[in-house]
Amino acid sequence: MLIFVARRLGLMLLTAFVLTFVVFYLTNLPPNLEKLARSEGSVRMSDEAVAGWIEQNGHGGSVFLRYGQWLGVVPGWTRVDDKGVARGRCFAAGTDPAAAPRYCGILQGNWGYSTFAKTQVLPYLSGMLASTGWLMLWVMIVMIPSSLVIGVVAGMREGSRTDRVLSTFSIATTATPEYVSGVILVALLASPVTGLSPILADWGWISGRTLFLGASSPDNITFWSFTLPVMTIALYGIGYIARMTRASMTEVMTAQYIRTARLKGVSFRQVVLKHALRNALIAPFTVIMLQFPWLLNGVVIVETLFNYKGFGWTLVQAAGNNDINLLLGCSVVAVFVVLVTQLISDIGYVFLNPRIRLS
Amino acid sequence: MDTLSYSAILGRILIQFLPVWIALAATFAVSISFKRRLGLYGKLFDSPVGMIGFGIVMFWVFTALFANQIITFDPYSQFSGMKNKPLGTPLAGTIEGAYSHFLLGGDHLARDVFSRMVMGARSVLSIAPAATLFAFMVGITLGVPAGYFGGRLDTTLSFVANLVLAFPVILLFYLLVTPEIRLTGIPVAMAALLFLFPIIFLTVLFNARFFTDPKKRNLYVGIVLVLGGWAYSGLAFNMDPLGVWRMDPNLLNVFVSVVFVNSPTVFRIVRGIVMDLKARDYVAAGQTRGEGPWYIMLWEILPNARGPLIVDFCLRIGYTTILLGTLGFFGLGVAPDSPDWGSTIDDGRKTLALFPHAALAPALALMSLVLGLNLLADGLREESLKD
Repeated sequence: MLIFVARRLGLMLLTAFVLTFVVFYLTNLPPNLEKLARSEGSVRMSDEAVAGWIEQNGHGGSVFLRYGQWLGVVPGWTRVDDKGVARGRCFAAGTDPAAAPRYCGILQGNWGYSTFAKTQVLPYLSGMLASTGWLMLWVMIVMIPSSLVIGVVAGMREGSRTDRVLSTFSIATTATPEYVSGVILVALLASPVTGLSPILADWGWISGRTLFLGASSPDNITFWSFTLPVMTIALYGIGYIARMTRASMTEVMTAQYIRTARLKGVSFRQVVLKHALRNALIAPFTVIMLQFPWLLNGVVIVETLFNYKGFGWTLVQAAGNNDINLLLGCSVVAVFVVLVTQLISDIGYVFLNPRIRLS
Repeated sequence: MDTLSYSAILGRILIQFLPVWIALAATFAVSISFKRRLGLYGKLFDSPVGMIGFGIVMFWVFTALFANQIITFDPYSQFSGMKNKPLGTPLAGTIEGAYSHFLLGGDHLARDVFSRMVMGARSVLSIAPAATLFAFMVGITLGVPAGYFGGRLDTTLSFVANLVLAFPVILLFYLLVTPEIRLTGIPVAMAALLFLFPIIFLTVLFNARFFTDPKKRNLYVGIVLVLGGWAYSGLAFNMDPLGVWRMDPNLLNVFVSVVFVNSPTVFRIVRGIVMDLKARDYVAAGQTRGEGPWYIMLWEILPNARGPLIVDFCLRIGYTTILLGTLGFFGLGVAPDSPDWGSTIDDGRKTLALFPHAALAPALALMSLVLGLNLLADGLREESLKD
């Protein structure tokens, strides 16, 4: 078991290195740097001035060295510019270079300065992640129980009417990406001109103009502002996880030991709850964990749609404003989340499934 | 002129889709009468779910084909006084020979929502199936040998596939589909690599089958290389001497990224199926007969893997449609006035609370197409399992 975990961890670290390097390379492409130079320096800079700015600010030279500096395994660059001021990666211009640490990459906790947020990336990003955490918490609370219940009930009696109805529902939700379900939900429930809200307002059942709010913010988490974004993210996942649970449940229900239990006279209820359920829930566990990369997608779309200032919103802003450090930070977090969930899903699968023995 | 009532709008839309209804009726009539002779496709008409799915998918395919006949207005032009107008609003000052109403209202730039939705079908359906096909070519060409030979080849390819899969899709899009990256030539390099796979696949396919008959082999492989090389030069490098094959740099960027995102998943599926099938008796029989590994892989195993692959192909077109919509939604790699569904949803969402119709029409269209593809895949899976 320990060797298995160690090997998985090693592979994960290797993957993390490769992925962060790819992200670093793609965000630090020469055209991106030129754009950065023009936005930070001046729009009317000549091409030579741009090249000089890039060189002066430590963006020149080999991409591997720059990656090493960003990571914090290669000493940060230092340079003395034309005016005789010492500049470097690890200290502000004009301060004493000798007092600064030699290494300052993300490993040392220096994630760089965000040109969009006008602050350090790390604290800014952690604030945004906390906001997204609230959203995700509610998504999980809604998504996991409902999808498991739908899947188990549908798979309990394969081919029954309940199964057909629930399966159709699952197919329909997996066919509805977040930007579609979000639009439909807003039109139905949060628009003062269409859907339910005008009718309810007519009857005097709601005091505002809309039933739910079409925008939400992390400072104001209420049922009325959070339902739509949470439902939008959860719906897609519910269909997918429910289908996996159903497949797993139908497989378990045809197993020999279930038939034996039924023939012994155990009631259907007991068979499902005591014998089938535990084995049927192993596969969905993996699926739920592997849903995280897609949930990240959903978060980005929903935070854009509902203007919720969290991690996904930050990613969009960072990319749109060519904020290299912030985009790199977002990428590191995203890649980290994906890899950790993969690791948990692998290890958890082995733990949950006694049929897998690791030599 | 009065605003049309909802029933009048519905009636008019049904009439506008007349060419689609005729084509659908013809397809179904022919298919159902010959369904016993059409193999898996014919069996589809035994399953109600599959038939509904197939109907929805073909509806959008025919819509894309006959889009020019269906649209009531030019999807790109703006009409004065029609900004954000509700469903069925009459056009101020009728134009000679043109239709008099905006069936599904106007969008925030006073364009006809109905016509844009119809044209959107064409822009989506001209990319999604082709991109999926390319992803399948890449996935099959790499996945079949990885599953069959195993060993170090499999380890390396699986590692690379897992690398790509560990990227959240949206992040990959934000990194790969940008105006800046088009300046660096990375999309062209990726296209040069990814577009090579169909040529490799077909060459190996025909070579494995006909290498004992050099005359036939030379003919088939020659045709593949000439046609493939011609298309390749045009699509990847935009250097087609005859100018038939070409791809707009924007489109190339989007296309390549979508293929890139999809192929690792296809690789994993193909690899899994091949690993399962290679333990079968007919493979051992082929090996005993002295058949080469590539013949066994491409002419013995692959045809037997077609069931799950066809099902996944349908699902994957739907997924690709969703991905294209995501790209459009974030305004990545598409022209600002493009009528594709993702961008129209994005345009419409800015005025969503007050004028939801502009975003709802393309949203429902996209949803129905993906739903149709999912139902079709379900029907196909059901019918292919019955064998």
